[in-house]
Amino acid sequence: MTRFSRRGLLRTGVAASLLAATGMPLRAAPQKGGRLRVGMNGANSSDSWDARTHSDVFMNSCGQGAVFDNLTEVAPDGTLRGELAESWEASADAKVWTFNLRKGVTFHNGKAFGADDVIESLALHTAEGAKSAAKPIISAITEMKKLGEHQVQMTLESGNADFPFLMADYHLLIYPAGQIEEAIAKGIGTGLYSVVSFEPGVRFVGKRVDSHYKDGKAGFFDELEYIAINDSTARMNALMTGQVDAINRIDFKTEALLRANPNVTIQEVTGNQHYTFPMLTDVAPFDNLHVRKALKYGINRQEMVDKILLGHGQVGNDSPIGPANQYFNTEMEQLAYDPDKAKFHLKEAGLDNLKVDLSASNAAFEGAVDAVQLYQASAGAAGIEINVVQEPADGYWSNVWLKKPWGAAYWSGRATEDWMFSSAYEKGVPWNDTHWDHPRFQELLLSARAELDSDKRRAQYFEMQEILRDEGGAIIPMFANYVQALSNKVGTDETIGNMFQMDNCRMGERWWMKA
Amino acid sequence: MSTLFRIILQRLLLGLLTLLIVSIVIFAAVNMLPGDFAEAVLGQGATEEAVTAIRRDLGLDQPPVTRYLEWLGGALQGDLGTSFAKANFASFVGADAGSGLDTVAAQIAPRFANTLFLAGVSAAIAVPVSLILGVLAALYRNTLFDKATNIFTLSAISSPEFFLAYILILFLAVLNPVLPSLSNIYQGMSFAERLDRTLLPALTLTLVVTAHMMRMTRAAIINLLASPYIEMARLKGLSPLRVIVVHALPNALAPIITVIALNLAYLITGVVVVEVVFVYPGIGQLFVDSVKIRDIPVVQASCLIFAGAYILLNLVADIMSILSNPRLRHPK
Repeated sequence: MTRFSRRGLLRTGVAASLLAATGMPLRAAPQKGGRLRVGMNGANSSDSWDARTHSDVFMNSCGQGAVFDNLTEVAPDGTLRGELAESWEASADAKVWTFNLRKGVTFHNGKAFGADDVIESLALHTAEGAKSAAKPIISAITEMKKLGEHQVQMTLESGNADFPFLMADYHLLIYPAGQIEEAIAKGIGTGLYSVVSFEPGVRFVGKRVDSHYKDGKAGFFDELEYIAINDSTARMNALMTGQVDAINRIDFKTEALLRANPNVTIQEVTGNQHYTFPMLTDVAPFDNLHVRKALKYGINRQEMVDKILLGHGQVGNDSPIGPANQYFNTEMEQLAYDPDKAKFHLKEAGLDNLKVDLSASNAAFEGAVDAVQLYQASAGAAGIEINVVQEPADGYWSNVWLKKPWGAAYWSGRATEDWMFSSAYEKGVPWNDTHWDHPRFQELLLSARAELDSDKRRAQYFEMQEILRDEGGAIIPMFANYVQALSNKVGTDETIGNMFQMDNCRMGERWWMKA
Repeated sequence: MSTLFRIILQRLLLGLLTLLIVSIVIFAAVNMLPGDFAEAVLGQGATEEAVTAIRRDLGLDQPPVTRYLEWLGGALQGDLGTSFAKANFASFVGADAGSGLDTVAAQIAPRFANTLFLAGVSAAIAVPVSLILGVLAALYRNTLFDKATNIFTLSAISSPEFFLAYILILFLAVLNPVLPSLSNIYQGMSFAERLDRTLLPALTLTLVVTAHMMRMTRAAIINLLASPYIEMARLKGLSPLRVIVVHALPNALAPIITVIALNLAYLITGVVVVEVVFVYPGIGQLFVDSVKIRDIPVVQASCLIFAGAYILLNLVADIMSILSNPRLRHPK
């Protein structure tokens, strides 16, 4: 283990002050070269280059983050920019979208990129029998038309202002048309890195392609090596002993040890992943708004962040929209723990006290059982008696979630407001875990979806978040941070993507090795 | 010699019967666990519709007895089936899946090869070390050396494996970085590199299995030291070392071989924890992951390998004992 020596400390201090005196920027420009070695979890022996099966950080980093490209890309600051599409425009009702594709792009096998590749790659998700997670996005397209070699027009069932945003989804990678089978078998894309070797569930090695349209802006490493390390202690050891340059998912309990190592930087961003306690709003007593309100005031959110996330998160406001969303409502007042208000709402509901069952298992989220016990204690002070029902982790999602009236759950969040709401809060959708059915909310959801005017949309989404905070059936006490660690040899931008771990899985593109 | 062959044949047939029973027990046990592959793999996405779709695709909607008999029919013809995870991904991919599906055998083979490599390296260190330590402990019994060896090996075997692993990482990878803490071996690595990466897990396993073998060697030898022929050898004026190695050891071999075989089997079947700590891509990790998602074909195949390893190693041990003991070679 490296220790601070007095002299070493002096040296770095002197160097820093010298730099400051000469006015040289401390943050150096990205350097080219080197090999980035990353240890990550979430790898499986059944992994493949088929993006329809991608779901975890390892394959996202290899697929979208290295070997393949999408039409669009979410920049670290959350704005949308073109990747294989240079620009796009919509019809006034947001139903017809035209994408102008980048010219002069080639796949790793030399094939030129064009409109056919886009059409055929997107059609994969609606192929007969395909179970892609991106199927809802693509099945909303009624027609894909090739307007020219480098122009595609897509017509949607109904207007969707977020459509270009959805094209940045990590399932929607672009494969070479006519060679998709081969591309899936070998990993042939248009990304910055071509596949050198790929052992599913064990390791990926990529090599920088010679020339790329992102030259100068991204892709600074000569080589990438992504190693599957599912055990969090083993990941930490690997970083501490210098066998990898970065790791994902730091165990909060041992994070302090890592922080004490002067060669390691901890990176932390709050994204959209949130932990929830959804109640079925059509089942007594949760169909009573005052009962829901009493429960909202009976939870100590800050305590949850402090004790369950050990500070690595933000308090939630019962809305699933998080800091990585465009229209995250930061202006609405934060719900706070208030036993008196909770008692007041109980009385309004015509109850002296309330006895409810709350089901939980650590399958819902790490620490869920502890969290409900904290909730039990804080709600007890407000006269609400929560009976904790500890459920088996096996089969939790099939037997408890969506079935028991009140339980614990988590959501990884979605890139757009509409996607999040229409996954879990739209009337009648299968994952509506609160049986949420609110006329005004539903009306806003449909009108905001096709609204191209960003100010109007903001107002609509803000109102929807307020409705959920005031009346919604999900208690959302906290947003959990993405915490990762990297060696000081690795340089990164000031802004780190917060849609997903590891700079939105694009560390191979965006980071660099310091000289 | 013909008796020996008869014994081998008999044992092999019994082994096959054991494998059959093991497969029934494992199949029943996995089926008794709550949840099935569809629920485990879908997690939060386990809507009724999705669960039934996967069950239908994988034949999980059939009654267990039918499924077992189907599996057995395939296994008897050498086809261990396709892992549920792979088959499920294939159905994800839909019509243009293209690439042929790997069988369980193809999936397990490279992992099993890695496990055998680790077991081989560990055995190459552990067996000679424990034999030598055992002989020396018997030779210098009740001295400080004997006691120190006993205390050291016994505390090693009494500590949990992950603890030993972390101690070794602390001393050999963090404080004195001589060995890598990450044992991610992969295809196309040179033998020397592979060995270097495998050394830490192998040392951990050595610490785990040494005590058993060493204590047995010591005990077996000491047992014989009171025999008249040893006394005779001593009276002839032979050196204590020669008495033990040439006169006592050959007669103590049978129990020692049995213990070595048991420990070798452990090196193949019991290394899950060590594999996880060192990120070693062996069969243990695959096995645990498969149990977690109720991937029955992989679990079955792994269990058959584990059971097979025990059966074969025990058989080898018995044969060696028989060969080492003329009395057993000519039963009355």
